[in-house]
Amino acid sequence: MSAGLPKRILKEAERLQVDAPEGIQAIPSEEDIRYFDVSIQGPDGSPFEKGIFKLELWLPSSYPMEPPKVRFLTKIYHPNIDKLGRICLDILKDKWSPALQIRTVLLSIQALLSSPNPDDPLANDVAEHYKTDEQAAKAVSKEWTALYAESL
Amino acid sequence: MSEDSDNYDMDAASFEGSDIVEDYQSSNPSEAFSDEDVDIDDNDAFNPSEALKPKKSKFDVDYKIYGIDDIINNQQSETDQVCNIFGLQPQDAIILLRHFGWNKEKLIERYSEDPDRILKQVGLAPGTSAAAQSDSRASPSRLKRVKGFTCEICFSGSEDASIQTLALSCGHRFCSDCWKMHCEEKINGQGESRKIECMQSDCQLTCATKTVMSEQIIGQIVSEDVFRRYQNLANKTYVEDNRRGLRFCPGPDCENVIECQVRGSDLESYIPIVLCKCGQVSCFGCSFNGDHRPALCGVTNLWVKKCEDDSETANWISANTKECPRCHSTIEKNGGCNHMTCRKCRHEWCWICMGEWSAHGTNYYNCNRYEEKSGKDARDGQQKSRVSLERYLHYYNRYANHEQSARLDRELYTKTERKMDEMQKSTSLTWIEVQFVKKAVETVTKCRMTLKWTYAMAYYLERNSMTELFEDNQADLEKAVENLSELLEKPLDVETIPDLRSQMQNATNYVKSRQIILLEDTLQGHLEGRWTYHAAIPSIA
Repeated sequence: MSAGLPKRILKEAERLQVDAPEGIQAIPSEEDIRYFDVSIQGPDGSPFEKGIFKLELWLPSSYPMEPPKVRFLTKIYHPNIDKLGRICLDILKDKWSPALQIRTVLLSIQALLSSPNPDDPLANDVAEHYKTDEQAAKAVSKEWTALYAESL
Repeated sequence: MSEDSDNYDMDAASFEGSDIVEDYQSSNPSEAFSDEDVDIDDNDAFNPSEALKPKKSKFDVDYKIYGIDDIINNQQSETDQVCNIFGLQPQDAIILLRHFGWNKEKLIERYSEDPDRILKQVGLAPGTSAAAQSDSRASPSRLKRVKGFTCEICFSGSEDASIQTLALSCGHRFCSDCWKMHCEEKINGQGESRKIECMQSDCQLTCATKTVMSEQIIGQIVSEDVFRRYQNLANKTYVEDNRRGLRFCPGPDCENVIECQVRGSDLESYIPIVLCKCGQVSCFGCSFNGDHRPALCGVTNLWVKKCEDDSETANWISANTKECPRCHSTIEKNGGCNHMTCRKCRHEWCWICMGEWSAHGTNYYNCNRYEEKSGKDARDGQQKSRVSLERYLHYYNRYANHEQSARLDRELYTKTERKMDEMQKSTSLTWIEVQFVKKAVETVTKCRMTLKWTYAMAYYLERNSMTELFEDNQADLEKAVENLSELLEKPLDVETIPDLRSQMQNATNYVKSRQIILLEDTLQGHLEGRWTYHAAIPSIA
């Protein structure tokens, strides 16, 4: 890729500002347009409801041939997100396609908050908790949301 | 033995001891690795097992060596076969074969049952496969300039048809620059060669899986360098996928592929040592760089790991520490005083005699209480706990010693070689007449390797009468090797040469025959289940 920014990244950044998906905000950093400050609102009806979760998203140099790197900055009790905020999501790994976009990635992450998948866990202890006692596990998720992700 | 044992014959030309001494050059199997065989010319070398057959012994295995061109040709001919059977295009046949890990029989069986389903499964849309494409109305997978096209990946577009675009049979059209980058990322970035799929994220809606790019299209799109890498990766995948027993030679910069049928449960008795045209001796079973006979692959694996983990540590522990007589914690003395106080159990004891310190009074720096009972008991306890360590070091030191000796033997030989050159010039001796030293050194080196591995094997053997027989064979070979090694150190003089030569040739032949006896007996023992190991020997995948 040339030194100038690819049209794709500029377009995507622009569209994310003008026409942001509901409950999702992605603002490119002033120093580096490949770096985005992201916040995702916890989906209604999930234990993450009303929470505002901060994430960072970074586009590697071979993007969009390579998937973006995304990480939760806000602590979250979720079977597919570990202590460091890393996310277990197929489209961020082998199921990535260059036709996917930042927008689709963030929407998928939002959907992951609505439907955790404890059968494909990243945080084993959380997944175990979700599998053995879903009610109690959801209560913890809710508690963490209130503690760390409550909107002002 | 696996069911495909009829493909190879490991019992060919069984060894007869009497032949060895009289005519070892034609009948001695351990000659298999001498340099005559390394330098076989190309026609012969293509099938060295053929050339080796007359001197094969029970423990030698059949194998073939292929160059990278042979590997490419093999893929070609297998692809052609599939094409002929089903009337497919080569580029589709190769996708099918790769999907089935080059298991042609399985592919033929499955494809015959339901061709459409299989085509979908591997990412070839039925009816739009290359065969159909060439005559179809749209021929969508061609490169094409489209008016008013905008690429959904890079967002570049133009009103006029200035952008080259490409769609696979699924019809998802993107600009060819994006396709190129996609292929390059897959090939260079991820080392992918099995299948490179359509870039569309929901392409599987059209097909059971994403549409797969054909080799032909990849070749059209990427640069020559990248395509060459793609082909190398594809060859590598072919070798790795292949169930008929292919493996790359582990030699540095060697691209040859070795085919051998000694695999799986065969490795519980046989040790498939192979010699590549590049000169690299390796084990086909476990890819070990060298000849680890008579130790099985599993034993070698265990031993190498143990040595990597333990040897230095064990040596250091043995040399520098003692164990607390009460709680057996390992303790390093870090000061001059012999009054030890165990950090763990607070036991106070004397470093020298291992007895209780309370009995020492104030004799801080010398211990004259050797016969004291408490000290003796502690020393006995210490001894017991050190036995396993000592046992390991016993075998390890002998193992390591043979390796070192082999190196020294070779160093000695380089000196001797110079001397022999001089002798050829200054005396009437011919080149052929001074070759006996070379032969002797080669034999010593090989047999030291064998001896080295007998110690690894012996370490894991249960103590019983069978093991004693093994150790007798080991001792006989060791004695023979040491004798020959000693002869090698004798000074070379013109007067003594004829005498030395006959001595050395006899000793060399004897060493070789001892090696064959040991290797054959070990193999026989494995086949008969004579050896019992006290550790679980891992099977090699």
